[in-house]
Formats: sequence, C-alpha cells, structure tokens
Amino acid sequence: MRTRIACIASNTFREAVRDRVLYNLIAFALLMSGAAVLVGQISIGIERLVVVNLGLSAISLFGIVIAIFIGIGLVSKEIEKRTLYTVLSRPVGRWEFIVGKFFGLAGTLVVNTGLMAIGVFAALLYVSRALEPAEVWILVGLYFIILQFLMITAIALFFSSFSSPLLSAVFAFSSFVIGSFAEDLHGFADTAQGASRWLATAAAYLVPNFSSLNVITSVAHQQPVTRQLIVSNSLYALVYTGMVLCGAVLIFERRNLK
Amino acid sequence: MAAIEIVGLEKTYHVGFWRKRPKCALRPLDLNVEAGEIFGLLGPNGAGKTTTLKLLMGLVFPTAGSARILGVEINHPGMKAQIGFLPEQPYFYDHLTACELLDYYALLSGVGAKERRRKIDEVLARVGLRDASGLQLRKFSKGMLQRVGIAQAIVHDPRVLFFDEPMSGLDPIGRREVRDLMEELKQQGKTVFFSTHILSDAETLCDRVAILHLGELRGVGAVADLTSSVEGKVEIIWHGSSIPASLKPLTSECHLTGDTVRAIVREANQDAAIDALREQGVRILSLTPVRTSLEEYFVRKLKLSETAAGVGL
Amino acid sequence: MKASGRITLTAWVLLVLCLLTSTLALHNLNQIRSRARFDDVLYVASPKILQRLSLGYGGVLADVYWTRAVQYFGTKHYRASRQYELLGPLLEITTALDPHLTVAYEFGANFLASAPPAGAGMPERAIRLAEYGIRNNPGEWKLYYNLGFIYYMELKDFSRAADAFMRGSQVPGAHPFLKTMAAQMAEHAGELGMARMLWITNYQSTVDRDIRANAVSHLRALQVDEDVINLEKLVSTYRERTGHWPASFTELASAGMLRALPIDPLGEPYKLAPEGRVEVREPDKFPFIEKGMPSGYTPPPPKFLPSDRDAAQSCC
Repeated sequence: MRTRIACIASNTFREAVRDRVLYNLIAFALLMSGAAVLVGQISIGIERLVVVNLGLSAISLFGIVIAIFIGIGLVSKEIEKRTLYTVLSRPVGRWEFIVGKFFGLAGTLVVNTGLMAIGVFAALLYVSRALEPAEVWILVGLYFIILQFLMITAIALFFSSFSSPLLSAVFAFSSFVIGSFAEDLHGFADTAQGASRWLATAAAYLVPNFSSLNVITSVAHQQPVTRQLIVSNSLYALVYTGMVLCGAVLIFERRNLK
Repeated sequence: MAAIEIVGLEKTYHVGFWRKRPKCALRPLDLNVEAGEIFGLLGPNGAGKTTTLKLLMGLVFPTAGSARILGVEINHPGMKAQIGFLPEQPYFYDHLTACELLDYYALLSGVGAKERRRKIDEVLARVGLRDASGLQLRKFSKGMLQRVGIAQAIVHDPRVLFFDEPMSGLDPIGRREVRDLMEELKQQGKTVFFSTHILSDAETLCDRVAILHLGELRGVGAVADLTSSVEGKVEIIWHGSSIPASLKPLTSECHLTGDTVRAIVREANQDAAIDALREQGVRILSLTPVRTSLEEYFVRKLKLSETAAGVGL
Repeated sequence: MKASGRITLTAWVLLVLCLLTSTLALHNLNQIRSRARFDDVLYVASPKILQRLSLGYGGVLADVYWTRAVQYFGTKHYRASRQYELLGPLLEITTALDPHLTVAYEFGANFLASAPPAGAGMPERAIRLAEYGIRNNPGEWKLYYNLGFIYYMELKDFSRAADAFMRGSQVPGAHPFLKTMAAQMAEHAGELGMARMLWITNYQSTVDRDIRANAVSHLRALQVDEDVINLEKLVSTYRERTGHWPASFTELASAGMLRALPIDPLGEPYKLAPEGRVEVREPDKFPFIEKGMPSGYTPPPPKFLPSDRDAAQSCC
C-alpha cells in the first residue's frame, strides 16, 4: 500500500516538473533580483523589510496559484484523458490514488518553496551583507506558508474529485479568498443575532483559516512567533487537511467515471 | 471455472439537470466467458460495450447485478493484479517515456523490483517499441500509443485481458500485428475479452461472440454456429454482359464489371442457376460458396425486435 | 464491496474526528490570537501603498477595515480601556482605502478625539483625519461639522470651531445649526445652549448607532445639568425666602415655585439632598453629567454603546 501511494506521488511530482511548473522559479528569480537591486536605491533603511515582505508574499501567491491550477487538474485531467482508467483497473484503491496525488503535489510545492527560499535569502544577503539571528523567523513564516499550501492543495483536490476543472478553480480560489478573511467572519459571527449567528459561526469554523497562518508582516518586522502559535497552527492545518482529504476520498470512492 | 461470470449486470444513468431522467445504458446482462478463449463483444456504437467493460473494471458501479472474474467479485483489489485493461483510444502521461510509464504501471500492479526491468524489456520488444523506449509519449503516433496501451495491459502477465476497441485507429499492418498478438496470448492460455464494432476482426479471431444492441444482449455463441444458422450462398462468375432472364429471380445480387458478371445465388438454387446459364451457352468462370459473414447475422439480429435466446455454447 | 465499505467507514470516522479536532484547534488559535488580531495594522507603513496594492478592490477592503475598527473600539470600550492605540491606524487605513466612507470620519471625530475611557484621546490625529476627509469630500457638510466639533469639544479652540462651522454652513444642504453656531460662537462659546446644538447636530448628521447613542447620552447629561442648576437656584431662593432648606420638592410646589414634581430625562424624580443640593436617583444611568451627582460619587466607566452590548455577548 505504501509503495503504491509513493509511486503515484512520485509520478505526480515527475509530471509536474516535466510540465515545466518549475519554470515559475525563473519568474520568481527575476522578481527577487529586480527587487533587490531597486530596493537599495529607493527605500533606504527598510531594504530588509521590503525584501522579506516581497519575497514571502510572492512565494505565497505563486504557490497558491500553482496549488490551485495543478490541484484541480490532478483528478479531472486524468479522467478527461482517461489515464485514470488504466490506473484504477489495477490493484490500486481509489483512496490510494487521492492520497498519492496529494503527496505528489505537496512535494512539488515544498521543493518549489525551498528553492524560492534560497532566492529570498540570497536577495537578503545582497541588500544587507549579513544575516541576523532574527531572520530565523522567516523560516517559520515559510513553514506556515507551506501549511497553507497543504490546505489549499487538499481543497483543490476535493473540488476536483467531483467538479469540472473550471468550477473547481472558482471554488478553490473562493475558498482561498474567504479563508484569508476568516477572522473577520469570526468577528461578524460574534456580532450577529439568532439564526445568522449560528450560520456565521458554522461557516467561520468550516472555512480554512488562513489569517492565522499569515505572519508575513510580523516576520518582516523581525517579531518572534510564539511556540504555542506554531504548535496550534500545525495541528490545525494538518487536521484540516486530513478532513478535506477524507471528504475527497469519500466522494471519489462513489463516483462513476463515465 | 469460467474466467468471467456476469449475472444480471445492469446500469442505468440519471441524466438531466435534476438527474431525474433515467437512461438505461445496459439492460440486465448474463454472460459467461471460459478460460483460455478469445471472446468478442460486438455491437454498434452506443450499444453498451464500453459500459460493460467499465462495469467489469470497477470504474462505474452497477445499478444491479454482479460479476466475477476468476471466481472473485469485481472490485476486489487482489483480483485486479490478474487482469489487464486497454481503454478505448488511450492516452497517457505526456511527459513520461514508454519505459517510465511501464515501470509505473508494473509497480502499481505489484511486479517486484527484480523482475520489472526484464518484463518491461520483454513487453516492449513484443509490441515492437523497443527502439522508442526512451522517447516521451507526447511524441508517439496513434499507432504507437495503441501499442503502449497493449504493453501496459500485459506487462504484469495477467490471466485475463480486457481490450476496448483494440484495433481502432490502426493501419492494416498494425491491425494484423494486434491480431497476431491476441492469438499469441491465447496460445499462452490467457483469456481475452474485447469489444469491437469491426466484424471481420471478430470473425477471424474470436472463439465466441456476444452481440449487444441498445444495451441489450441479442445473441451469444461460437462464430461458426452463428453464421451457420444463416442460409448458405454461392457466388457464380461468368463471362458475358447480361443476365439470362431465367436466372434473374434466383439471384440476390448481380454485378457487371467489363465483360464479366458476378451473381450471388442461394445454395438451394445453385443447380437451377447453373442450368440456366448452360442453356444460354455462357462460359462459367467460377463457382464459389460464399461464407456467410457475421455481418449478415449481425444485421439480421439487429433487425429483430425480440431478444434472441443464446444459441448453444 | 466489503473492502470498499471498510474504506468508506474509515474515511467517515476520520472525517468526523478531524472536523472536531480542527474546530477545537481553531478555537484555541482564536484565543491565542485574540490580542494579535488587529496588530498587523501597526505594520502597515503607508496606507497609501496598501491602497495601491488593493488593485481596485479598495472599497471592499475599506469595508473590512471599517468593520474591524468598530469591533476593536467596541471591545476596548467594553473593557473600559484607557488605550485605543490601534483606532487611529484602523481609521486611517479605512479612509485611505475609501476616502469617501463618511462614517469613518464621523467615528473618528466622536471616538478618536474624546478622552479615555470614552475615546482614544487623540484630538490632533482626529483633526488630521477630518481635514483629509474634507479634502477628499469638499461637498460633504458633515465633515466640516466634525472638524468644528473636535475643535470645540476637545481643544476648546472656539475660533477655529466657528471657522469650520462657517465653511460647512456654506455647503448646500448643510444643517441650519451650523450657521447659528458659527454666528453665536463669539458670545456663547462654552454655554449649555451651544453644546446642545452641537449634540443635536451630531445626532441628526449620522446613522451610526454608536455615535447616536453617544449623542443621546450627552444630550441627557446636558438636560440633567440644566435641570440641576435651575432646581438648585429655586431651592436657594426658597431658602432665602423661608430661612430653611426645603425638605422635599412638594414644599416648593406648595409655595408655588414648581408646577409639578421634577423628573429627570429617564422619568425618575430628582432627589432633594441636604444643603439644598439636587441629585439624580441613579447617576450610573447618566454618564457625562457634571452636576447632580451624589457626594463622593465616582462615575464608573461608561458602557452604554450598542457596541458594548455586542462586546459583552462575544467576550471574554
């Protein structure tokens, strides 16, 4: 069982890489180099701030886009192209397929993020000649970004397991936007009355909460992240991802592949 | 033990916006396929052949009924290691090479690491793709893709094979090669179950066939038995440019080509036709029995409104 | 289908477990982050850049920040905080994203300027906000009114207040009181009548419930102050006439000095305390009164806003 999942995962990774997804790194590299060079001339004194802000925001955005666009194709493309038929006619459980695809894309994103992180640190070195110990919080910020990727990948995969590619993209992207404002949804639930209060609270707990995972601004200001927050965020992200994957598996198990 | 047993397998889809309208893709189907035979599932497009195959592969879930392959319920994961599937007009991961693809599939089917390399080479040679093993699949022609499809179906040495329209898109040489391959598989004792709408292929290859039309089974049996149930015919070719009057009512078909005439006559009227021609003093060039084609049987069956009972085993 | 049944069951069980755990984890996260929720506002170096980055969605983002500002203020106000350090940045970001969100300027004039615990106590910042508002909405009379309000109430700069009211009164559709207040400022600044006009204009110029509740409280307080002054004058007159303090208001009534028993704006009768002092029965219901409080009374932090109610519900 584990070898099959690993096999599907590595195949997904290989497909993504050969599909030139890693070319996005070129765009990223250009962006970071440009920023590093320009920043030194425009904003004296806050070079670090800009580089970290820009770098982490770009990593986050690029990654979300990749996660959504590849994620929605993971299942629907395979059905459309009928590559799925030859896989499922083998002793491969449908759930193994979903889990394998998830790990494949997650792995791609981790590698992508890792390479981009090198770029950010390189740009940081360029603008400030030395790395400060407070920079370790950038790694925490990156870790949180990866947790976000896990969640959004699971969500994209979930929608892709029953919906067309276009609709899946719309739903996944909407989930991301709503999730970024999840805290405001909580705030709204607090002030609502009666039935809409219950509805809003339920929604606030169901949507993925990305706001707590977004520490880019505070990390850019070299503020530390508490261990409590790291542990809580990790638990939340992993459990939420697991929940969504279970949903994807349940739907996919019953699906007729016409 | 039958290799494939299908009992009352049925599939109804629900279409429409509210998914209320039922559309029956397959009426309850009862069918048995013996081990070691080549079995053809025939029918026009939309007859339900692909639906049947998908039901057997577990890609689609039956509305009713059940099926067993090698004595095991379909959808049982263990059984799937013993079967191979070639879908219609297959398409594969663009960016893999043939070798990598087969490696992927072999691994998924549980082929051990030691044997994998060997089996892949073997299978690639057998389908004639040894030279292209390092090429990415997106550069493959349609015929090559079909061969890769067959390769992935047999790489793990399964006992039962399922092919959906295996000859589609192939040139005559390609089709010949696939036919030869299927014969080889039969020699090895494997069971082959394939669907096609090209009757000539079925005639030459299959031990037994089943005919589907609009989701319903219209006839099952050995090819020879089926065709023999249709009356025999004889083809007469003679030198001339017209048909004798006495001959006209006896013929069903007549073709004039240059200075030869070709006519098809029922076997029973064979002698009467020859007499008629001799009376005219016509030079008879040849007299050949026409093997009744499966096509005739096919067309007849399809025209009947009732379901035909199975014709022997 | 046995294997498939097992998988379905496992998946369902896992799903429910994960759902419960994620809800709990999220609840925990919210507790941890309840302070930090608004902090990222501190790090927005320039609201202008944020506006550019919002890519045309500034309006929506402004609404989000506006909602946050109200919630932030409500939570702090309910806790009787003396520090509202994020209110300024929140309002500034809101108005940078949407310069035409009038209610944000009104909120700033009322709650950014006034002293804690009723507000943030940053009148200069409030003035900058109001002037930014006027620059972007020169045809909105309420903003001139807000500016004048801050000058009058918090900075006691009556000439600038008059000037603002004058400019505002020239905008078509302005509240008639603006002209009156501008005209009377020189003679009657600091008087009850002027304050009353201000608070009435305040009430009538907005639809925000917090600002209105605030205005109503102030108007009631002014009424109480006026009543108490008048009643105490009557009581001293009585004393001068009769040589002793009256025991109750009925004595004043029978002496023909009162037509009816005096009641406060909430309908409760006033109390006549020894030494001729007049008091309200329930001073807690009248935040902002300056007269009529029992001796030794310290007013509790005011919690009369609708936002306080919401904060009470959701809090802590």
